[in-house]
Order: sequence, then structure tokens, then C-alpha cells
Amino acid sequence: MDMQTSFLDRLFDAGLLIDTGVDGLYGRSGQFEEVIAAFERLIDKVGGADGAEAMRFPPGMNRAFFEQSGYMKSFPQLAGTVHSFCGSELDHMSLLKCMEVGEEDWTKDQQATDIVLTPAACYPLYPTVARRGKISAKGALYDLQSYCFRHEPSKDPARQQLFRMREYVCMGTEQHVTDFRQSWMDRGVEMMKAVGLDVTIDVANDPFFGRAGKMMVNNQRDQNLKFELLIPITSTSNPTACMSFNYHQDSFGTKWGLNLEDGSVAHTACVGFGLERIALALFHTHGLDVNEWPENVRATLWG
Amino acid sequence: MNETIRELLGRVGGLPVPVTEIADDADLYAAGLSSFASVQVMLAIEESFDIEFPDSLLNRKSFASIKAIEETVAQIIKSREAA
Repeated sequence: MDMQTSFLDRLFDAGLLIDTGVDGLYGRSGQFEEVIAAFERLIDKVGGADGAEAMRFPPGMNRAFFEQSGYMKSFPQLAGTVHSFCGSELDHMSLLKCMEVGEEDWTKDQQATDIVLTPAACYPLYPTVARRGKISAKGALYDLQSYCFRHEPSKDPARQQLFRMREYVCMGTEQHVTDFRQSWMDRGVEMMKAVGLDVTIDVANDPFFGRAGKMMVNNQRDQNLKFELLIPITSTSNPTACMSFNYHQDSFGTKWGLNLEDGSVAHTACVGFGLERIALALFHTHGLDVNEWPENVRATLWG
Repeated sequence: MNETIRELLGRVGGLPVPVTEIADDADLYAAGLSSFASVQVMLAIEESFDIEFPDSLLNRKSFASIKAIEETVAQIIKSREAA
């Protein structure tokens, strides 16, 4: 914890992250953003020739799609919903009074809107693709990036509540999407090497909720459905996942009605880059001043 | 026990085919049991038999077939009696 706090403090002191008073909710400096932009250009360079269709969604998604996704079954503890005041003038008066007195929780009468904070960049994609009809026999590839929300306040700067995820999502046959995942595992290692980061890849699991979640975790690990690319940031013994490589089998295909031209259910896989985490790994490894970073790293990012 | 497991599987397993058509040793995942449904089956079995699955048995293998579920439940009951 001390080491985490001190890295966070160093980031604040250097002005790279800006304290907002809420753990895991930070502003970013121009230099921090420039590192993220440079790394995203590197992603474009490596993945660009694949011809993915780019889509950008805001960090909120349709609540109906969120409900249909089943996210609340698995990760209720991480979800964030958007609530607003929907009352009358009289309600407004009592709201203001409540806020002024401060004894009661003024948010208790806020009502859920049709918007939920996006938990992963690819969540709005599946219903969008499903609406378009059948997927080409050659498969489909999408390029996404979004701020994502996960309710897990922490002093670890690598565990933020609002952070950006860049993703490639592949839909097609089992062979097609597992090949896609493998190719990005290889590319990910090469990319991180090129920017001077020491990485390992390991089998992983999502943070499923509760005891039932324990079984989901075991199932996910037994079937090698998730791998993570790990880089030491705040701990060398417990390195941070900076990329993840997920094979969903046909679960999203079945859930959203994603079918290939031959009528079979599409398999899907996604590869995610935790952009803030990668930037933090770079700052942690090479120092807080980008001008002092090794020449080859600078050349890869800004050459 | 077999009857109870079949009844629970039929109720919460979300299988596309009737449980009566599934043999004791048939692969339940191949029959359409999803990961999430297998969790529901686990919770229903715990309640019905008044047992608790230890973490080591919370895996796909324990729910791979009706026979596997029976053996797992029997193992938990036996270890509880031994304790």
C-alpha cells in the first residue's frame, strides 16, 4: 500500500495526475495524455492493416442493453448507473432543503435514467452489430475506445474508477477468433518490448461477484478463456494487467443473436489495452519525465 | 438423489431439451448447460441438500454430467459425516 500511495503521490507531485478528492478519479496532464496518444498511434500502426471498422461510443450506454448483457449477474459490485432529478418544483424545494440541512441523503429520490456507465468499451458494440444482420463468412473486426467505469475506489493509481480502454473485437468462427486472440498476444508482447516494458502473460479471470462467482472464475480459468499481459507498476510480485485477451466462445453470439452467413452462431473474442495502465507502466519504468526516457522508447512512440 | 438432481437441473439448468432425455453420463455442457446456469444448479443443490460446495469442487468437472453431480454431492455429504 505504501508503495502504491507513494507512486500516486509522485504522480500528483509531478502534475501527471490531478487529485480530485476521490480515490480512482483523476485528471490527466497534457504530458500524460500525449503518452496515451502516442501509444494509441502505436496500436494503430500494429493493428491498422487488419482493416477493423472503428466506432467510438460515449462512456454511457443504453440501460436496456446493459441489462440484457447480464453484467449485473456477474459484476454488480462494479456497475455505475446514471440517476437524475425528475421531480416537480415542490420536489425541487425539498431537494434543496435536504441538501442545505445535510442530515438526509439528497440523492435518495434521484431516478434512474436510460443511461448506464459503460463497463467495457465493447459492451455497446454487440447490440449494434446484431441490428445490422448476419456477419460475413470472413468474420468481422471492430476497433473501439471508450472511458469505462468500474466502482472500485483505490489508492492504487493503476486501479482507477474511470479509465480508457482501447479494444479490438473479432467475430467469426472459433478458429478465426482464437487465431485473432493469439496473434494479439504475440503482438502485445512485441509492442511492450519495443517500448522497454518487461512483461509476462498469464491465464486470468474476471472479478466475478460472490461465491457463485468463484465457480465462474474456476470455469474461466479451466478453459483458458482469459489471458492477461502483466507489467510491474506498483508491485513486482503482483504485476498489473495492462492488456487482456478474452475468448467469449459463443456466449455473446448467443446472447445478442450474432449469426454468421451460414446461420451458425458467431464466436467472439476481444483484446483490450488499459491505456492509463500502460502509460503508468511507462512512467514507472522510465521515469516521470518523458524527455529522459531511453532514446529507442521515444523513437518507437514519437519517431 | 438422482431424481432430486434431475428435478433441480430441469428447473434452473435452462437446458434446451427435457432432462428426461439426458442420460446420467451425458455431457451437460454439450447438452446446453451454460456457465451461469451451472452456478444456478450449484446454488439449488446446496439449498436442497443443505450442503456447501468447497472451493475445490466449484468447477466445470463437478457439473459435467448428472453422474458427476451425484458423485460430487455424495463426496461432500460423506466428508461432512466423517468430520
